[in-house]
This record gives sequence, C-alpha cells and structure tokens, in this order.
Amino acid sequence: MVDFTLWDIFRNLLLAGRWSVALSLIAFLGGGVVGLLLLVLRLSKLPGAPRFVAAYVQVFQGIPLLVQLFLAYYGLGLVGINTSPWVAASLGLTLYASAFLTEIWRGCVAAIPRGQWEASSSLAMSFHEQLRHVIWPQAKRIAIAPTVGFLVQVIKGTALASVIGFMELTKVGKAISNATFNPFLVFSCVALMYFCICYPISLYAKSLERKLNAQR
Amino acid sequence: MKIQLDFVAVLAEWPLLLTGAGWTLRLTFAATVVGLLLGIACAWVRARGFGSGAGVGPGIGSVRGSDGSIAPAWLKTVVGAYVELIRNTPFIVQLFFIFFGLPAAGIRLSAEWASFLAMAINLGAYAAEIIRAGIEATPKGQIEAAQSLAMSRAQTFFKVVLPPALKKVWPSLVSQIIIVMLGSSVCGQISTPELSSMADLIHSRNFRAFEAFIVVGVMYLLLCIALRQLLNWIGSTFVFGRSAGS
Repeated sequence: MVDFTLWDIFRNLLLAGRWSVALSLIAFLGGGVVGLLLLVLRLSKLPGAPRFVAAYVQVFQGIPLLVQLFLAYYGLGLVGINTSPWVAASLGLTLYASAFLTEIWRGCVAAIPRGQWEASSSLAMSFHEQLRHVIWPQAKRIAIAPTVGFLVQVIKGTALASVIGFMELTKVGKAISNATFNPFLVFSCVALMYFCICYPISLYAKSLERKLNAQR
Repeated sequence: MKIQLDFVAVLAEWPLLLTGAGWTLRLTFAATVVGLLLGIACAWVRARGFGSGAGVGPGIGSVRGSDGSIAPAWLKTVVGAYVELIRNTPFIVQLFFIFFGLPAAGIRLSAEWASFLAMAINLGAYAAEIIRAGIEATPKGQIEAAQSLAMSRAQTFFKVVLPPALKKVWPSLVSQIIIVMLGSSVCGQISTPELSSMADLIHSRNFRAFEAFIVVGVMYLLLCIALRQLLNWIGSTFVFGRSAGS
C-alpha cells in the first residue's frame, strides 16, 4: 500500500480546491448574468413576467440543489448533449445561483423609494435609462453586501457537485479518505480548506454590511 | 430525436416515495427541535448583554470582552468557533465528517443518526446567529424594567427577551428550517433512506432517472410550501401568539 504523508493529502486537496474555486466562479458569474436578466424581466412591465420570475425563484429555491444537479445531469443527457460533470455542474449551479441572486437584487431594488421611479419617468426617461442612471447606482450600494454573502453559499454549494462525479474538493477528499483509511484527518482537512476559503469572504461581507449601516 | 418520459413507472413506486418523504420529514422535525434549542442556547451565550440599545446599529460582533455579557469568555470562544466553523463549511462535508470521520475517533453512528446529528448541529449554528440578532434588538428598557420587577436573569431571558426576539426573527428561522429540510437530500449520500435517495433507488430499478428526479423534485417543492405554511401557523399560534398583543 502506498503511504500518504500529510503533505500528500494536503497537496492533492489543494489541487482539487482549484476546481471548487473555478466552479464557484462560473456559477457565480453565470448566475449573476441570468439573475440580472430575470431581474430586468421582472421589473419590466411585460405581462406575466413577475409571475414567471416568482415561479422560477420558488422552483429553484424549493428543490434541493442536489436534485437540481441530478436533473441537469440526466436532463442534458436526455436531450442528447454528451454530459460532462463540468457542464452539468455549471448549468445546475448557475440556475440555482440565478434564482437566489435575482431574489436578493429584487429586494435591493424594492428598497429604493417609489418616488425615484416616478421622478425619473416624469423626466421622460425610458425604462432602460431609469435602470441605468437612477436605479442601478442606488441599488448597487445596498446589493454588494448580501451578494458577497451569497458567494459563500455558492462555494458551499459546489461541494454537492461531487455527487455527479465532479472532481472537486469534497469528491477528492472522499477518494483520498478511501485510499488512506483516515477519514477523520482527511475530512478535517477538507473542512479546514472550505473554511479558509469561505471565512474571509464572510468577514468581508459582514464588514461591508457594517459600513453600509454606518452610512445610513 | 424523440424524448419519451415515463412517469407512470416512477409513480408506480409510490410506497418508496412515501417512505422517503416520511424519513425526510422525521429527520427535519427532530433536527428542528434540537437545532432550535441549540440555537437558543448558543444565541444566549453570544448575545451581547441581552442587547445594548436599539440593535439596529452596526457592530454586531464588533465588541468583544467587556460587553456586559454574562457568559464566561471561554464559552463564548467555543460557541463562536462552532458557529463560524459550521456556517463556513458545506453541509455535505459536515455529514461526511460525522459519518465517516467520527468512527475513527470511536464514535460509531448509524446513517440515520449521523444525518440527524449533522442536521441539528447545522441548524443550531445558523439559528444561533438568527436568534442572536433578535435578542440584540431587544430595547434596553425592557430588560431594566424586568430587573426592577426583581425578575431573575433566567426569568428575564425566557419571559421578556426571548419571546419578542423569536417573533422578530421567526420568518428567517422558517427559511432556515426549510433550507435544512432541502439540505437533508444530501443525507442519501450516506445511505439514509430519505426522499432523494429514493429517486436513486427507483432509478436503479427502472432506469428512469430524469423522471424520478422530477417527481422527487416536485415532492420537495410541495413539502417546502406545506412546511412554510405549517411553520408560519405554528409561529403565530404557539411561539408568540400569546405575547402578540402585549
């Protein structure tokens, strides 16, 4: 049997950690784009749009991420796309993140007084101009803290990609623990690594929140 | 290319689905009870002297040490580490640690107990932070009033501070309990017979993976909506119904 030193375990986990981070970024950015589109759709006065977005959010927040990932994995295969765990995990996490982000941002937009909308439309601004020049600059400030906070949730969510065979931190941790027969040590290391990624972001989100509260 | 979905084959396995949903609900119920108690205890330790002021200002957690809290410093450190560790690691890793890691330390648990324990510990950490925010929002005058009525610390906490705090944060707690219920789908990975693991089982029987997960997904969605209604009702009837008027 090959002996694993602590450094071997750590090094392999670090290498796997790259993929966790990469997947988080894909999901976060993808979710941001889709979430923004959904938000604009919701704010527009298209008939049925708010109801559609509300249903979208309810579905993706009411179904476990694990089930969503399996649906993406098997669903993509069903429509004939050769599914790699990368594609399925990216798709599943993107949709998941978009539902949460659009809901977070909707709250931020709702926090802007109605008068701002009315004033800008009385200045004959178009919907696009209203969003661009009036709503966005104000909503942006409120939105940053909860958005950064949600990034932590996305990073933790990528751990579930292990169940569809995505080789990230948790999956590699399980493989190593099977090889070394030392799950206690390995999973402690895995948890520590997630903590080292997530905790600074949590602290940053908290300090942003504090700063925002101080400004009010 | 034609996709044929066969939901009948999946729904024919309804006893499995019901068993799974039963386990999901049982685990959620047990974890909610224990997790909320744990959360209240930890919130009590972490809250700054039962709230110092209006509680809307900044600085939650910014003051350490001489903040009027009655819990000893080492206990605050331990609880703080617990809360931050749980909140900043994925649930699946916590579950694997308990199920695969703890036996190495001599603690051997069945899959169901490990799932329950992981869920309760997870909810406890999140609930602690939520409830703490409610406790710290208690106006100082209420605590002073309770003290001037010669109420003990425990009386003040359980009769004056906690009920309105729970009322304030109940919607957040409900959301967190639902997140834990959805998170229990991960417990299938350690062979707990909960709902999502039944999708796997059905899949292995009739190869209808996509349909099985759609059915299970819809069931989760319904459970989620029903649980939210139920918890809102429980909240308004039992948790703070009596103190609502006062």
